Amino acid sequence: MERLKLATVWLGGCSGCHMSLLDLDEWLLELATVADLVYSPISDVKIFPSDVDLALVEGAVANDEHLELAHTIRRQTKTVVALGDCAVTGNVTALRNPLGSVRDVLQEVYINHGSPRAVVPDTSGIVPVLLDRVLPLHAVVPVDIFLPGCPPSAARIKGLIETLLAGKVPTEPVRFG
Amino acid sequence: MSARTLTINQTLVSAREGESVLEAARDAGITIPTLCHLDGLSEVGACRLCLVEVAGSSRLLPACRTTVSEGMQVQTDTPRLQEYRRAIVELLFAERNHVCAVCVASGHCDLQDLALHVGMTHVRYEYLAPSCAVDTSHPRFGIDHNRCVLCTRCVRACDEVEGVHTWDIAGRGVAARVITDLNVPWGEATSCTSCGKCLLACPTGAIFPRGSTVAEVQRDHSSITRIMTARGERW
Ligand code: SF4
Ligand code: SF4
Ligand code: SF4
Ligand code: FES
Repeated sequence: MERLKLATVWLGGCSGCHMSLLDLDEWLLELATVADLVYSPISDVKIFPSDVDLALVEGAVANDEHLELAHTIRRQTKTVVALGDCAVTGNVTALRNPLGSVRDVLQEVYINHGSPRAVVPDTSGIVPVLLDRVLPLHAVVPVDIFLPGCPPSAARIKGLIETLLAGKVPTEPVRFG
Repeated sequence: MSARTLTINQTLVSAREGESVLEAARDAGITIPTLCHLDGLSEVGACRLCLVEVAGSSRLLPACRTTVSEGMQVQTDTPRLQEYRRAIVELLFAERNHVCAVCVASGHCDLQDLALHVGMTHVRYEYLAPSCAVDTSHPRFGIDHNRCVLCTRCVRACDEVEGVHTWDIAGRGVAARVITDLNVPWGEATSCTSCGKCLLACPTGAIFPRGSTVAEVQRDHSSITRIMTARGERW
């Protein structure tokens, strides 16, 4: 059998969804007999490979790096899964949206709640540029499968991968939160 | 009271005169999703989740506000209705800030249950992300407008069960908000008796007991029904 080329991606999330994935413990060894992990924050691959079968994407799209990576993932992956509430709805990562634009958010965080002489740090060229709005993954690229949950339980992640490995369409109803 | 015979989803159903399509369907074991309806309170037809198709009507009708009539032919679960219901639930999520992961009502929320029921996988509409207040000026309860779906169950529970009418709605459209007294902080609303019936009626995490944290708020909505049934028996 052709081995599954699996990628897992960490966009704007807390890594909790990846912790849930790691919670699969010894089943991961079983998974490793049929799948290759070709890209992941827990591997040392820097460039998203072409021709990926399945990408589990954690986190919302919060900065320009996420945005670019989201497009790369979509171009180079057969099945894209929005993994967890942040990828599906924006969730905790999007809590800043009601505050307004990036300027408003930085003002709120660094000045309004900072020390009296606080300034907004100049990070140009050092860290990725924040988007004005945190977006769910599907607002940026088409998503094939949604797996909400914060985080989705290890059992549900396993269920999804098993279903997809068996060549079936997942039908399990899903709850947010 | 005379009986009426109608068909709901091709099944012959007999109902009491004056009953709503929603009640008739329930008696026949047919579930129609609802949100603004709460047994014991009056009907306002605000949420439109209970919309049904009635033969001869070009409009969809809210089952909670539509009275049964002889020979009526009702469909409660067509693909068109399923799609509309899903769209309605998605719009409710898009309109305010629902972050189930950090919400007091998670796991015990009618809106969350509805999302599951209508098969919502994601929200296709742009999130409005409005700036909403959280008022914790009341000594016992708080109101988080981020989670309010404007069902007016609090308004009706306060008015019809407690007989007070502390709650009302101010503003229109997306700017509409539930208010206490003449739009003063809840803690300053002198009409409020602190009975907690609005909390019991609220389907979401909007009204909560102060001090509650994630997924802690469990309410028994049927206590409103019990009070109203008991009152009906007494008087
Ligand atoms: S969905 Fe929850 S667990 Fe996953 S990244 Fe977001 S906050 Fe973390
Ligand atoms: S009110 Fe319900 S749907 Fe909204 S965030 Fe809370 S649990 Fe989720
Ligand atoms: S506060 Fe609760 S009961 Fe009142 S309108 Fe909002 S969601 Fe409905
Ligand atoms: S339950 Fe009928 S309109 Fe809300």
